[in-house]
Amino acid sequence: MDFVPNSEAEFAAMLQASGVSSFDDLVSCIPAKLKEFRSRLPAPLTEMELVMEMEKLAASNRTSRQVLSFLGAGIYDHFIPPAVDALASRGEFVTAYTPYQAEASQGTLTAIYEYQSYLCAITGMEVSNASLYDGASAVAEAGFLSLQANSNRPRIVHAASLHPEYLATLQTYLAGQKAEFVSAPLKDGVLDLDALAGLVNPRTCALIVQSPNFHGCLEPMAQAADIAHRHGAFFVACVNPISLGLIRPPGEYNADFAVGEGQPLGCPMSFGGPGFGFLTSTKKLVHKISGRIVGQTVDENNQRSFCLTLQAREQHIRREKATSNICSNQALMALRACIHLALLGKRGFQQVAQLNHQRAHAAAAAICGLRGFSLAFKQPFFNEFTIRCPVPSADLLARLEKENLIPGLAVADPNAKSSNLLLVCVTETKTSDDIQRLVKALAAFSTP
Amino acid sequence: MRPPLLNEQSKPGLQAVAFPVTNDPVDLPAEHRRQTPAPLPEVAEVDVVRHFTILSKDNFSVDTHFYPLGSCTMKYNPKVNEYVSALPGFAQLHPLQPASHAQGAMRLIFELEQMLGEICGMDAFTLQPAAGAHGELTGMLIARAAHLARGKPRRKVLVPSSAHGTNPASARLAGFQIVTVPGAPDGLLHPDQVAPLIDEDTAAIMLTNPNTLGVFEEHILEIARMAHEKGALLYYDGANLNALLGLCRPGDMGFDIVHVNLHKTFSTPHGGGGPGAGPVGVKKHLAPFLPSPRAQQNPDGSFSWQHNLPQSIGKMRAFHGNFSVLARAYAYIRALGWEGLRAASRAAIIHANYIKKQLEDKFPAYTNRPCMHECVLMANHLKEAGLTVRDIAKRILDYGYHAPTIAWPIHDCLMIEPTETESKETLDAFISAMRKVAREIETESYTLQHAPHHMPIQRVDEVKAARELRLRD
Amino acid sequence: MSIPNDLKFAASHEWVRMEGDIATVGISDHAQKELTDIVFVELPSAGRQVEAGKECAVVESVKAASDIYAPVSGEITASNDELTANPALANTDPYGKGWFFKVKLANKAELDKLLDPAAYGKSIGE
Repeated sequence: MDFVPNSEAEFAAMLQASGVSSFDDLVSCIPAKLKEFRSRLPAPLTEMELVMEMEKLAASNRTSRQVLSFLGAGIYDHFIPPAVDALASRGEFVTAYTPYQAEASQGTLTAIYEYQSYLCAITGMEVSNASLYDGASAVAEAGFLSLQANSNRPRIVHAASLHPEYLATLQTYLAGQKAEFVSAPLKDGVLDLDALAGLVNPRTCALIVQSPNFHGCLEPMAQAADIAHRHGAFFVACVNPISLGLIRPPGEYNADFAVGEGQPLGCPMSFGGPGFGFLTSTKKLVHKISGRIVGQTVDENNQRSFCLTLQAREQHIRREKATSNICSNQALMALRACIHLALLGKRGFQQVAQLNHQRAHAAAAAICGLRGFSLAFKQPFFNEFTIRCPVPSADLLARLEKENLIPGLAVADPNAKSSNLLLVCVTETKTSDDIQRLVKALAAFSTP
Repeated sequence: MRPPLLNEQSKPGLQAVAFPVTNDPVDLPAEHRRQTPAPLPEVAEVDVVRHFTILSKDNFSVDTHFYPLGSCTMKYNPKVNEYVSALPGFAQLHPLQPASHAQGAMRLIFELEQMLGEICGMDAFTLQPAAGAHGELTGMLIARAAHLARGKPRRKVLVPSSAHGTNPASARLAGFQIVTVPGAPDGLLHPDQVAPLIDEDTAAIMLTNPNTLGVFEEHILEIARMAHEKGALLYYDGANLNALLGLCRPGDMGFDIVHVNLHKTFSTPHGGGGPGAGPVGVKKHLAPFLPSPRAQQNPDGSFSWQHNLPQSIGKMRAFHGNFSVLARAYAYIRALGWEGLRAASRAAIIHANYIKKQLEDKFPAYTNRPCMHECVLMANHLKEAGLTVRDIAKRILDYGYHAPTIAWPIHDCLMIEPTETESKETLDAFISAMRKVAREIETESYTLQHAPHHMPIQRVDEVKAARELRLRD
Repeated sequence: MSIPNDLKFAASHEWVRMEGDIATVGISDHAQKELTDIVFVELPSAGRQVEAGKECAVVESVKAASDIYAPVSGEITASNDELTANPALANTDPYGKGWFFKVKLANKAELDKLLDPAAYGKSIGE
């Protein structure tokens, strides 16, 4: 099977018209010894065989419809209105190129402009780019931008409650830069502000805090932002976008950058990708941020039009002096988010956040009613919370796996060696029946 | 009249999708509560559906138009790949589910790594990078870690002047200084250009082959020898891999690290700018530095994640890469097999040479040697006509083709990559349009200066966009 | 191409106008034409020390970005806020309202290394 729409007769005609007698003449520049290699690939499949093979592979996974799962920790199972798929799967969007030729790309450009508008609306920030790879790399980009914009400030302070994969990504990205990473300790699941004040100093370029944090707790963002700004450092807020229908947005506590993973906005979990990273900032930093940006302008007839703008920041123009090496964005996923937010609208965006909050709190209360189970931290939370179990959480997971139930993620205790902690996520997709089933299953582990 | 934005269609109280919230009070301290609701539009579902459907019609796309867009490999994106990548067994899978729940996805990852290894002649792959530039950064961080592990950090990376901008930007982000290798008039990289620049402080040389002028780097084996003699690594930017499938392999040329663009060579759609995927392959000696975790097959045939990788550079992103993009590329390779891949590159090369030959009296080729999968043509005499190469690009849109890549890697050039998935009829029609444009350059400069004329909008004012920044409603 | 007689030039296309020991710096008419429509400038703030031949400002058009090199060493005494707000001034009035910044000269001898208008004209093929 291939996708080449020409016959051998046509190839022969094209070769002849090109003044060569065979294909080999066109590739005689390749050294002969490079053409002698042996390697193996599976035999080609017809489309029918391919579909059957892929359906078999997919069927050997256990999905969130087959397993009752309370996993979150960065990727979330949310309701996606069917109109998102219907619109975002249109070939005119899916198979379009990057909109460098504005006149041939108004569809993509307008949608990204609307995406930028909605991201600013929900985060309360002034400026948004057109998206980055994912939440972890968005944190890393914000760290790099902070380093670049503040020469002679090598220190990056982050809350110890930052998602471990985000922290690992930040450290990997900046391994070649002169950056020093300082982890700010926690007290009862959130930043210890007194300790933080001693760690942020005039050599600090950025303070990075995630809220809700990896343990599900809401961080004291406003106080943390004040500490950063007192020393002239940027405050980078990493947030769950779907929480912002209810939770105070970064623009309300003067964050310099608000970043995060956009998957909760209309993107399937898809084993962790693709979602998209978002990066928003204050207006002042617009020339310093990375990634594509769409701007509004007019055409020669003075009609409203959109185009990529501020491209002189980017690698294809500035090469090694660019604000980042990033070239692409996750346009199709940003489009999904844009459609998703438009469908939810002002009210739906509030409702879905409230419903997450309600169901998570109902679940937490029910679980804590079981003897031996308690909330690990006495902090406000959104749709995720950490439970201290009476048994090691890994044992609990292993036993419930047989019942097709994943009650959460076994996590390390930030303060001790205990491994009895379970990070539980309850989104709007979990019904009261689901929650009852979870509580019933956990009751089996309850202490007498 | 341009379509209104959804915010402009907003009517208080409308809502396309509602949720069954109850009126129970929300227990949340005021300091954590949002003060004012996010100003999102209030519209009905039909408004949203019409809006985005109308917008979609303002786009060029591979499904509707030919993109002779050099360096970007805008080939056809098979529909079966969209179907299989969206199967619920993949789409509804959480990345932190235990390996026992994800054996199908992990098999796909493991086997795709193996297949890319066979295609590129590399020993080990990571599928974590989300794009080509992300792969480059991964590769450069691997180079950095490898030199550190040898006990001798190195500071410089050699990059040809014709390289993609991402190459120097990625190397610099990884902490390297960039040394630019100047171009030669014949478009090839010559060992005697590299010799004076490479030394014991050179960590790597980044090359694209075929290079951005569309010609095969004939001296690659000698350059590889020179690099390795100095202890430098050779990095392969896979942007142009679509020329080489089944013909030859970067690994056999001496490359130590490669990245491939699944959204170019392996037919995954560009999505209007992403998501793509940029897997990175390495030779055996660099495998310990690959990002964590790595997929492995256990003795019983099952799959698991290997996390204990003490020399790994770390993580390039959360979780396991752009999985649904990987699934599309996997399906593509399984559908084609070696014969199909070889046929794709063969057709891509024949198509590019055909276009080059048919246009060379109007737009002479930068070099007389046969091109690989793309050709670089010169638009001469533009200045006399008061035109720029951008005017040509905009005019080509009027004829129903996406513009070629322009003004890069040299001034006043058109870089044309037809790919294998266009019919001879399409190529002939494009050639005929290009010949018309060539005539217009001589006689109708006004038409070109103000092109396009038949698109949804006239030429946009990019200067106004940048001077009077308006980046949101 | 306009090349005023009372200025000195760097080969990298910056011009210098001396008033006492204060050098006013901008970019030449030739440079602004090559850059095309300038959309953004980033200027050094007052008090910063700059060194002759080193990058100290940035100018961007839609399709290009260029570093501006300090033609002379010294302390920045002022930068042109009007230009920051309206970068087009560098196109419309490169030798007047489009000035970039002022430097308090640290080393007068550096002026001798700059090109006179005739030599600069020659260097750009005038």
